[in-house]
Amino acid sequence: MNNNIIELKHVTKQFQDNGFMAVQDFNLEVRRGEFVTFLGPSGCGKTTTLRMIAGFDIPTAGEILLNGKDITKLPPYERPINTVFQRYALFPHMNIEENIAFGLKLKKTPKEEIARRVKKVLSLVDLEGFEGRSVQTLSGGQQQRIAIARALVNEPEILLLDEPLGALDLKMRQEMQLELKEMHDRLGITFIYVTHDQEEALTMSDKIVVMSEGHIQQIGTPEDIYNEPKNAFVADFIGESNIFSGIMTGKRRARFCGGEFECVDDVPEGTHITAVVRPEDVQITRPEDGMIQGTVISVIFKGIHYEITVQSGKNEMVIQSVKAAKVGDRVGMAIEPDGIHIMIAEDHTNTFLVDINRDYRLEYNGHLLDASLTKLIRGSRRLGDGQVVDAAGEVIDIGRTKVQASIGPEDIRMTDNEEEGLIQGNISNLIYQGSHYLYVIHTDLEQDFAVYDEYLWNMGDRVGLIMPVDKMTFSLKNRH
Amino acid sequence: MKFTRKSLGIPYAVYLVLFVVLPLVVLFYYAFTDGTGRLTAAHFIGFFTDPNALGTLFYSFAVAMVTTAVCLLLAYPVAYILAMSPLKYKSSVVMVFVMPMWINFSLRITALKEVLTLLEGNLARFPFLNAVVGMTYDFLPFMILPIFTTISKLDGALREAAMDLGADEKQTFFRVTLPLSMPGIMSGVSMVFLPAMTNYVVLDMLYNSTYIMGSLIGSYFAAYDWHSGSMIALILLGIICVFTLLTDDEEAGAQRGGALL
Repeated sequence: MNNNIIELKHVTKQFQDNGFMAVQDFNLEVRRGEFVTFLGPSGCGKTTTLRMIAGFDIPTAGEILLNGKDITKLPPYERPINTVFQRYALFPHMNIEENIAFGLKLKKTPKEEIARRVKKVLSLVDLEGFEGRSVQTLSGGQQQRIAIARALVNEPEILLLDEPLGALDLKMRQEMQLELKEMHDRLGITFIYVTHDQEEALTMSDKIVVMSEGHIQQIGTPEDIYNEPKNAFVADFIGESNIFSGIMTGKRRARFCGGEFECVDDVPEGTHITAVVRPEDVQITRPEDGMIQGTVISVIFKGIHYEITVQSGKNEMVIQSVKAAKVGDRVGMAIEPDGIHIMIAEDHTNTFLVDINRDYRLEYNGHLLDASLTKLIRGSRRLGDGQVVDAAGEVIDIGRTKVQASIGPEDIRMTDNEEEGLIQGNISNLIYQGSHYLYVIHTDLEQDFAVYDEYLWNMGDRVGLIMPVDKMTFSLKNRH
Repeated sequence: MKFTRKSLGIPYAVYLVLFVVLPLVVLFYYAFTDGTGRLTAAHFIGFFTDPNALGTLFYSFAVAMVTTAVCLLLAYPVAYILAMSPLKYKSSVVMVFVMPMWINFSLRITALKEVLTLLEGNLARFPFLNAVVGMTYDFLPFMILPIFTTISKLDGALREAAMDLGADEKQTFFRVTLPLSMPGIMSGVSMVFLPAMTNYVVLDMLYNSTYIMGSLIGSYFAAYDWHSGSMIALILLGIICVFTLLTDDEEAGAQRGGALL
């Protein structure tokens, strides 16, 4: 017997009016009695997915199976699924009892049984004796409980909760989290919960589905998601993370953040990687004992720990430590191999940040790049005095606007004549790849570039990198 | 004299006394006195014993009821469809229904008269029907607007909640949408029903012989019987008062619910 209560297969939703792809190729199996959470920032498609399960939205493609039966196009009132809405959606023209009994009355349940079940469910949510009250006299938290009671009284197979705690204050929210979890354990009903609050997801769920831009990023237990994030998005979204781009420099050796570290992930040498280090996995040491060194630039007391930010070269590392440090201290940092999570970057494309100078022109390593900033920022234009304003007419904040350039390894050429290159560096790795060599050049700006070249160069050679601007693609990165 | 916030109320108080209190006093005076200035209830008794006057009252009532009902039946679906439609320029479409109000009233009614004459040949053949058609034509926007506003403001999640709890489209409409659009219906009804009882100008312009309360008052005043005319106006005022109190009660109740949305 199939133990999955609900299955989503290749579910896709594209909105007709604006063509927006809300959900793309969503695949999920939910076991009976599980507590599953859809987690992601607003606009990631989590609510749309929930609405498709409830029946308010019909997928453009794919199917939804309930107990193995296709319910993709079934209207909401024929599904044994009930929803707790974000803003409760209690009927204002009915009192509490009528609100809760709404579903039962439609099913022509006998009067005595309705009364009994309403009473029972009210005691479940701790609001005994509220039958005759009107909706308007209840507080937000009480309305929330009534909304849960109204859904639960129908004994649904699945309870959907759409950010049900979003409108409550922090203390109330934490209380309700525990209560919901307890209710779930007691009733054995499958819960599908939508939230953008990672703490809520980690606290309550059996299984978390992390979503971004309509795609599933990772499915796993809270521990999996936290400890083994699959990509930079998940790592960034769940908990605090230091995220560096780097490169593999040997067997289980990676270079990022200006140092070389041992790690546990076996990724081929020369691969561009994203390294994620949790703030609690970094130890502060004496400068001479650390794998990398840096200067403390901020210390914030957070109650159980200090949040210390250390500047190391061009990188910043956030560290959680029970011991305080002083701003300006020179410290070392050490990371155990299992504290480093390596994710393979999509391809060998080199990405790097370029600067916007005072004249609002793009610049890298002191060289002007012949690329248009106004073309990059939608709706922007250049004023007579050279300033660039965005679509709203506000001057671009150079400090907050970052431009990322990317260039393929096949488009970079190495040259002995250092000054000819946009940037200079030393060859730190060379790997023969059949038709060409893959070189890793460690630049003076502490970045690693991957370069394909047919000819053999020597390790340690100092070279200039010629990077044609017309081969670069630029994208905007707003720092928050 | 010291200028206080109360001083700001003086113009309004003057206005109130001049245009509301004094006319009412005059109305009461004429209604309960005879030609020599003596107090009398003769006009009051006269109205309720005059079969013609009572007949006119009931007839006006019937015209107003039917007009209101027709307006409601036409306006609700229009307002509902407009409010629910995914149309981008909904308010522009609503304007199409409201726009006739911008055209001069007498011009509109005259046009209607010509159309009706064309259809019926002789306007005297269907006086009741023509009265209802004329008034409905004139008052329909007043019914559409409040209902449209109320339905537009309804939280879509409430309808979804009803469907989620097992109500099909029909049940959702009758158990959630319709009860929650009551405030709009009530204000629409009060804006159509009351004028429909008295607005005899529409009928006059349609060459309609139908006699409604407004016509009755008008004819008494035309015959210089100010006392009886005042009494009928007063009775009408009483009816309107009672009606308003009744609807206000319900509206207030519904609005308390509506405020939560």
